[in-house]
Amino acid sequence: MGKMENYYQKEIETASHEEIRALQSERLVKTINHVYENNEYYRKLMDEKGVTPDDIKGVDDLHKLPFLTKDDLREAYPYGLMSKPLSECVRIQSTSGTTGKRVVAFYTQNDIDLWEECCARAIVAAGGTKEDVCQVCYGYGLFTGGPGLNGGSHKVGCLTLPMSSGNTERQLQFMCDLESTIICCTPSYAQYLAESIEENGLRDKIKLKAGIFGAEAWTQEMRHDIEKRLGIKAYDIYGLTEICGPGVSFECSEQTGMHVNEDHFIAEIIDPKTGEVLPEGEKGELVFTCITKEAFPMIRYRTKDICVLSRKKCSCGRTHVKMAKPMGRSDDMLIVKGVNVFPSQIEEVLLKKGLTSNYQIIVDREKTSDTIEVRVEMTPELFSDKINELSKIEKEVNEALKSMIGIYANVRIVEPKSIVRSEGKAVRVIDKRNLYNN
Amino acid sequence: MTIKQLSVFVENKAGTVAEITKSIADASVSIRALSVADTQEFGILRLIVNDVEKAKEALSKNECVVSVTKVIGVEIPDVAGGLSNVLELMSKANINVEYLYAFITISGKHAYVVLRVEDNDKAIKILTENGVKLVSQEDIDAL
Repeated sequence: MGKMENYYQKEIETASHEEIRALQSERLVKTINHVYENNEYYRKLMDEKGVTPDDIKGVDDLHKLPFLTKDDLREAYPYGLMSKPLSECVRIQSTSGTTGKRVVAFYTQNDIDLWEECCARAIVAAGGTKEDVCQVCYGYGLFTGGPGLNGGSHKVGCLTLPMSSGNTERQLQFMCDLESTIICCTPSYAQYLAESIEENGLRDKIKLKAGIFGAEAWTQEMRHDIEKRLGIKAYDIYGLTEICGPGVSFECSEQTGMHVNEDHFIAEIIDPKTGEVLPEGEKGELVFTCITKEAFPMIRYRTKDICVLSRKKCSCGRTHVKMAKPMGRSDDMLIVKGVNVFPSQIEEVLLKKGLTSNYQIIVDREKTSDTIEVRVEMTPELFSDKINELSKIEKEVNEALKSMIGIYANVRIVEPKSIVRSEGKAVRVIDKRNLYNN
Repeated sequence: MTIKQLSVFVENKAGTVAEITKSIADASVSIRALSVADTQEFGILRLIVNDVEKAKEALSKNECVVSVTKVIGVEIPDVAGGLSNVLELMSKANINVEYLYAFITISGKHAYVVLRVEDNDKAIKILTENGVKLVSQEDIDAL
């Protein structure tokens, strides 16, 4: 295999646009029939919109289908959006650390195999072969990061190190002793590892050549920093639990966007306000339709990620459409330490604990680790002349937030009216990380 | 016999206490005693003033969170062991003193101390039975 021939499934990854579109049409028709027949929830949505499977003859008819959103997932939780009986399913994965808005996705064995193939494509595009040692430091468990890349690494035939996240000392020991060549983790953890490597003087013992980084937004500056400090090429990978997990799209050597695995997922860009499909190159909300999944195929699922698609010819030879790094969100979801956090979840906890809805979330990054602080205004009802009672409130809110969002948020009680208001409304979120390049 | 204490929520940052004392001064109210309890991030400023209602109104107008708590004012002879006698009485009666602080010295003979306990009635009974002189709101307002 030559240097430019880094394909896992060359035929489909380099197929002509016409071939891909024909395949997509065929698979879409099949999927819509399957879903209409087996999924009462989506059938109802189609009926309400007056669309029948007969109306869907190919990708050109995709726009006729109703959207799905996270709200639908919540409403249909846990089984309402399944299109296969539970007996056919072998796995669930779930979005990280959210109780109020948990999403549970189901997989058949075939769904797992195809997902792992998508991840294998990403690893091979990053230069991975069976000669490589692939260290997976995404979390294992309900989070899709670890299991997805782990499976992909197996498919490629790499020696796989299922490290999971954390325990940096052990990560570094294995990285040095087993000479890991590929690392998969969040970009902020990669920066943290780079720092630890420098602190421990291990730079000469590191054999890494590539990293596959995802699960959170990162900038070009972060990419350059990671590449320089780890001496690797840093590749982006994108995915979401609802669609499968990582591997919905991935970066190639050109590093100018992520190829969507179009034989499995149809990508659209829509106007988030009107729902109208926008032409290629226009910025809007990214929408995915699964066309090979059996158990949990999302149809026109609105990701809320603001993005652009491009069909410009890619030097890597792949023909699949490229999506830009997401440029923001059309909702207010934050990704902190790789965990999805909605301000509404925080508000729910504050109100439940008797605090006001005058709060502010401040997200920052100290060195390489995200921090989240929740400022909330003191009220006369909660106030006490005793310090331990106020500390107790803080502690209780801290604990309630941890169990709601899954990560530690520092609660800070502030003076009334001290949270900045714009046109009378408190500014809810201040994200100091500047993660989006736009 | 209790006296009224104002408690004000303050953030731990430069200038907050100054703002509070200024709005009290602007209302022509005098501070007779004060103490601050603090954590890393916030504190509680406790005040004894000569016009509680006026001070409270001024602070509320300035968007402060204020509460009024009934506390006990004790007159203690300004001799060694004066305070310890009072605290011993509390301890013997199993009354927990949440916090206490002293007045700005008024005369050479006596010191005034503020006691914050859960059960004011019980503490007052013990103190008066043992001949401890309590300070009334009128005493404060007249200072």
